[in-house]
Amino acid sequence: MAKTETTTPDAQPTAAAVPLTPIATIAPLIGWLIPGAGHLIQKRWIRGLLLMASIVCMFAIGVAMQGKVYKSNTGDLLDILGFVGDLGSGAVYFLARIMDWGGTAITAANADYGTKFIVVAGLLNVMAAVDAYHIAIGKKQ
Amino acid sequence: MILALQLSHFSAAALFALFFSIVFGITQRNTTEEMVKYGAYCFAMAIGGLFVAGWVMWLLHH
Repeated sequence: MAKTETTTPDAQPTAAAVPLTPIATIAPLIGWLIPGAGHLIQKRWIRGLLLMASIVCMFAIGVAMQGKVYKSNTGDLLDILGFVGDLGSGAVYFLARIMDWGGTAITAANADYGTKFIVVAGLLNVMAAVDAYHIAIGKKQ
Repeated sequence: MILALQLSHFSAAALFALFFSIVFGITQRNTTEEMVKYGAYCFAMAIGGLFVAGWVMWLLHH
């Protein structure tokens, strides 16, 4: 009698391991540091430029609205979360810190909106960097 | 800081919607057509939500 193949729950196929290629490491890092650059180095020109324009404009408008650029060492939990969000913008954040852009205290509704623009620009840049990684590993075209 | 931009709530929200819609469209879909459609959908929902929220606030106020 021929042997029949049996399957057990343990025998289910597992997801293939993603090879860590240089581009899969560099693309998200560059994408984080310079918004949209993760796509540009992979020749996704239009996507990269649109992401760069959107994120940089959002950050710049936030700064122009006197939004607060968070610092790392305030000790307040909400400030720390704001700092993490801001940090997502990469070089744009560091430039804002070096040039001392943005308001120090939120005194008007407009400045509060600006603060949200700056934080969300950082968070969107993280999404863009993750997307650049997905393109690099071939998960996305 | 030299530049001090003063935007109305609506202008600020519309710009916000525009930028996040572009990023969402690009990052959350795979093909160009889907990206454009999803970006437009996000933008329309954000602007629609803005009008709905505005009218709700007006009704609560009056």
